[in-house]
Amino acid sequence: MSIPAPKESIRLLSGNEAIARGAFEAGVRVASAYPGTPSTEILENFARYDGVYAEWAPNEKVAVEVAIGASMAGVRAMAAMKHVGVNVAADPIFTVSYTGVRGGLVIVTADDPELHSSQNEQDTRHYAVAAKIPMLEPSDSSEAKEFTRLAFELSEKFDTPVFLRTTTRISHAKGTVRLEEPVAPPVLPGFIPDAAKWVMLPVNGKRRHAVVEERLKALREFAETFYENRTEWGDRSLGIVTSGVSYQYVKEAFPDASVLKIGLAYPLPERLFREFAAGVSRLVVVEELDPHLETHVKSLGIRAQGKERIPIVGELDPRIVRQAITGEAIPVRAPEPVPSRPPNLCPGCPHRGLFFALKKLKVTVTGDIGCYTLAALPPLGAMDTCICMGASIGNAHGMEKALGQDGAGKVVAVIGDSTFLHSGVTGLMNVVYNRGTSTTILLDNDITAMTGAQQNPATGKTLQGEPTRRTDLPALCRALGVEHVYTVDPHDMEQTEKVLRREVARPEPSVIITKAPCALLPDHRRKKRPVYEVIADLCTGCKACSRLGCPAIEWVPFTPEEAVAAGKKATQKGMARISPLLCDGCNQCPPLCKFRAILEKKP
Amino acid sequence: MTVAQGDVFLAGVGGQGTLLASEVLCDAFLLSGYDVKKSEIHGMAQRGGSVTTHLRFGPKVFSPLIEPGRADLLVAFEKVEALRFAHYLRPGGCMVVNAQEISPPAVATGQERYPADVPERLAAVTDRLYLVDALAAALSLREVRSVNMVMIGAASRFLPLPEEAYEKALKGSLPERIVAVNVDAFRAGRSLLSPAKLRTDPHTVRGGDR
Repeated sequence: MSIPAPKESIRLLSGNEAIARGAFEAGVRVASAYPGTPSTEILENFARYDGVYAEWAPNEKVAVEVAIGASMAGVRAMAAMKHVGVNVAADPIFTVSYTGVRGGLVIVTADDPELHSSQNEQDTRHYAVAAKIPMLEPSDSSEAKEFTRLAFELSEKFDTPVFLRTTTRISHAKGTVRLEEPVAPPVLPGFIPDAAKWVMLPVNGKRRHAVVEERLKALREFAETFYENRTEWGDRSLGIVTSGVSYQYVKEAFPDASVLKIGLAYPLPERLFREFAAGVSRLVVVEELDPHLETHVKSLGIRAQGKERIPIVGELDPRIVRQAITGEAIPVRAPEPVPSRPPNLCPGCPHRGLFFALKKLKVTVTGDIGCYTLAALPPLGAMDTCICMGASIGNAHGMEKALGQDGAGKVVAVIGDSTFLHSGVTGLMNVVYNRGTSTTILLDNDITAMTGAQQNPATGKTLQGEPTRRTDLPALCRALGVEHVYTVDPHDMEQTEKVLRREVARPEPSVIITKAPCALLPDHRRKKRPVYEVIADLCTGCKACSRLGCPAIEWVPFTPEEAVAAGKKATQKGMARISPLLCDGCNQCPPLCKFRAILEKKP
Repeated sequence: MTVAQGDVFLAGVGGQGTLLASEVLCDAFLLSGYDVKKSEIHGMAQRGGSVTTHLRFGPKVFSPLIEPGRADLLVAFEKVEALRFAHYLRPGGCMVVNAQEISPPAVATGQERYPADVPERLAAVTDRLYLVDALAAALSLREVRSVNMVMIGAASRFLPLPEEAYEKALKGSLPERIVAVNVDAFRAGRSLLSPAKLRTDPHTVRGGDR
């Protein structure tokens, strides 16, 4: 599979596709990432270009370290992640800021204002400031591609890693992009030993810190005249400073206003801001999340309005911007009250069987990041905590140590295969080392599912589709010192419950691996699977099956008259029905029916 | 008459193929020389939850998001989803709604009932409401997954593009083996709201049809 490189053509690309294209055009040779919404498609798309190497790393820290290595070796390299991934990768990021680069090095972070698919709403621009790394911020797909190319040029020109920051509405919005031919990077491959640059012993680090400060000065000067820090003069009664997708909302809401559009979110210029402020009678800073630009503007002693008008929580849109600046409410029809439709585990999801069994145990469940976090929602409601990737095991251990004997056998950790390999392994090591007894349940569905089916070290396949060795999960757990490692089929809830009860009670660390493939995997979908149906005559409307929360099981409500007409007691409120279109044939529900009303549908 | 610009809001349930449908729609506009932007949410929202796409076309589009109260056309792949996002429609805007019902979790587990008055409540939002049975049309093509293209076909009656643009987009963006069924689904959807039908249907009020 490869994407042809036309001489010049206009395509409709998402921000993520545009970044992948930009990296390809910039001659990037090595890219590494851990999937995370809204960043996942960057590497997925980049991996399809000819002549590039792209991989899924077990986590973002490794991804950045791989990219650093490639840069040291003189090729252009990229690491991509979602905003919270930067937290994981922060350690190498802060120090590669000191060493600088050889081949251009770009770290892409995709923030998620509004928390569409994240556990927090952090503003990654703070990292640029804290790590003293320049940050480019595109405002649409076209700029996403251009800024990616630019990022590599800046990286080499200023000997620095460069952040490229998007948000969900950049990464997952599509817009037109002009494709160009790839360029040959100016640097030649090869590692050139230079201890003063690459070996960050304190003595070298101290010297490099001074270099970083000089670099920042030069970048600040560059920012004054950088063509992507752009003043668009219009009506001088209103001047708006903005960046990223907020620029689009500003242009939509105030097409005539004067705008200072900041393309380099860090470091920020000074004279440019002063000139702009002097040219307008009212200055407003419009940005999503934290007052990054605003704090800078105000530190220059410039009077401006910002977060007292523009929301700090959630994402913006043209209406919010218009309303905030004019101060006038824009009347709009109130949303209609309708039954909510939160995301749910898929029909046939193996996680459902586990959580159904787990709920019966009435234990505290420390959770983690993945599809299974949805088990925290009703009707399963079988997860009590969720902090970050890998946190479940440490959280369970901490609870156990805090509660002492009162907590014995009452706390379990639940973590997916990919999340475990990302950052759960060290948590489990800690349980064993520090004489913990908690039970860890490892949900192995043979894929990184939440982000849309990405390979990981336990799946036996690489990002670019090559077969590879698998991490053996049971053997890994045993190697960490866990003596009791058991594998169960979560669709068999009776057996799963039995093993759960036994292991939770065990006063030693144990791991239960629930092994069954994600119901969305192509191999599973191709398999011939049964379809179940509810035999109407046998259903008493007890709702035992409904408690699974399977989207394929529907409730058909009755009036007393309808119940009688259907040959039921007048008191029966309804009956269950299985949608043949949705049923995945997982066989979780039939054993739940005491009346044996759920049977395999005969063709 | 060619509409110079417009906002199309698509709403459905994860798994209904709204993302692919909006993709085809975008390509059709792009191939016809429009600037297009669209925005949607991946990840959590895909797991059977509400899924929306904001699609904007015109000579030059800035915001990838449509403002509430400004969409010209709301294409809903499920009835309750039409109601959930009805406030995005502008006064006088047009709604094309699949009559299919997919139970939200609270309905599926018997805690709430599927609202029986959805068509009436939608009609209160706009008098340009077009309810179509896209599921039946898809099933008659023996491809339940083609509900999405049936809906695009029906919605195309209210968009300023010639039929060929959609078919070209379908051919350009789908794997070859599924192009034919999707073209059929598109045509089936388009014929659900044929100009003759738009004139005679007592439940619909005409306006801006092509």
